[in-house]
Amino acid sequence: MANTEQEILTGLAEIVAEETGLDTADVALEKSFTDDLDIDSLSMMTIVTHAEDKFGVRIPDEEVKNLATVGDAVSYIKTAQD
Amino acid sequence: MTSARDVVVTGLGATTPLGGDVPSTWEAALAGKSGARTMDNDWAERYEIPVNFAATIKVKPEEVLKRPELKRMDPSAQYAVIAAREAWRDAGEPEVDGERLGSVVSSGIGGVWTLLDGWDTLRERGARRLLPMTVPMLMPNSPTAFVSLDLGARAGAHALVSACASGAEAIGYGVEMIRTGRADVVVAGGTEATIHPMPIAAFAASRTLSLRNDDPEGASRPYDVDRDGFVIGEGAAVVVLESAEYAAARGARVYAKVSGVGLSSDAYHITSPDPDGTGQVAAMRAAMEDARVTAADVVHVNAHATSTKVGDLTETASIRRLFGSDADHVQLSATKSMTGHLLGGAGAIETMFTVKAVAERLAPPTINVANPDPELQVPLVRDEPAKLPGGDIAAINNSFGFGGHNVALLIQNA
Repeated sequence: MANTEQEILTGLAEIVAEETGLDTADVALEKSFTDDLDIDSLSMMTIVTHAEDKFGVRIPDEEVKNLATVGDAVSYIKTAQD
Repeated sequence: MTSARDVVVTGLGATTPLGGDVPSTWEAALAGKSGARTMDNDWAERYEIPVNFAATIKVKPEEVLKRPELKRMDPSAQYAVIAAREAWRDAGEPEVDGERLGSVVSSGIGGVWTLLDGWDTLRERGARRLLPMTVPMLMPNSPTAFVSLDLGARAGAHALVSACASGAEAIGYGVEMIRTGRADVVVAGGTEATIHPMPIAAFAASRTLSLRNDDPEGASRPYDVDRDGFVIGEGAAVVVLESAEYAAARGARVYAKVSGVGLSSDAYHITSPDPDGTGQVAAMRAAMEDARVTAADVVHVNAHATSTKVGDLTETASIRRLFGSDADHVQLSATKSMTGHLLGGAGAIETMFTVKAVAERLAPPTINVANPDPELQVPLVRDEPAKLPGGDIAAINNSFGFGGHNVALLIQNA
């Protein structure tokens, strides 16, 4: 089932908040996972695993390094669902 | 009297079946409360496990820790961090250089919830569903690693494993770190979180658990003639150890000193203690020699006493053999009658009890002893706490583990 970009952002923000303790409002499209949200590679892979589960997509390891911002991840998930 | 080389206890922390911290745990222990209860799950019926009760933790970590902390740590590490933070606050948050601060927190079994949940995930949903934190959560050094991260302890983070003696061995190692000059302050203790159907079924398979399903609170009854095994418990306890010199310089409140560490191994049988008690006697003797005290000085022993037929009496026979007639003035407490058996956490919670007993001159009671075993050879504190004498006193906490590990820690008033 495909989600809207807003639904994906909301769902992803919940996953990130759960993993990091950040407020969901901080997880905005333009935020960088590493520079703005201070997410290390272990946490990033945890977020990816939960996102794959939640959105029914597969995000290969080699793609993860291209997901610099929250927006990149939302777009990737959206494309993968469509 | 304390000398500069002494190691003192300046902080205590715990989360146990009796309470979410040291004050509530100690109060419940003095009141003779049991932490054992029927479990709120269907494991006994579902897996045909003969035991449906345990001494489960009183205050759930969900009430204390933040959500990301809960997700990054196995329960064994969660309990350790909760206990370590309390101990650290209790010690007045010493402003020690991280290079001079050590962490020694042991678990007897490790992150079984994480390991077994991971196996379930792998079988049911495949390798890609395993979380990247699985390994750092299941490893048995995870609790000490998280404690060292939490407090910035960089003098070394260690996790000695010796089954049910692990928590005491950790504290003994912490003492050695200070004595050998590696650290000024060490956070040391033990933790366990194995109230999971697999370990419970496995302990039941070893025929060591009490099967008193109709009376959980009366099930842990060390030295009672009708004892039928131990009650599995969970939780953690942590002490803050400091060199007496460092504690004095910062004006720290001192509970007691850990002045003797005695270690031995039976090399007799993988689970049964040597019936001659040779290893137990050796550990207690070593602790007394280390502290330069004699049996006449020892007024209290916190027994390992798990409520098994053989183990309880081996220990009291060992005490009698080593102490001779001096055993007549020992006040023996078996606090597992109230807490259940915290496995890797046991030696730590019982050290905490021993430190409190020495500091407050009050030995905690042993409950559920309706009919003392006629072969019990040492005076037992029953039902009500017993006063300990004034002046300079010494007490011993014994911890023994599957594998033949014997640890005796000698505690003296400061």
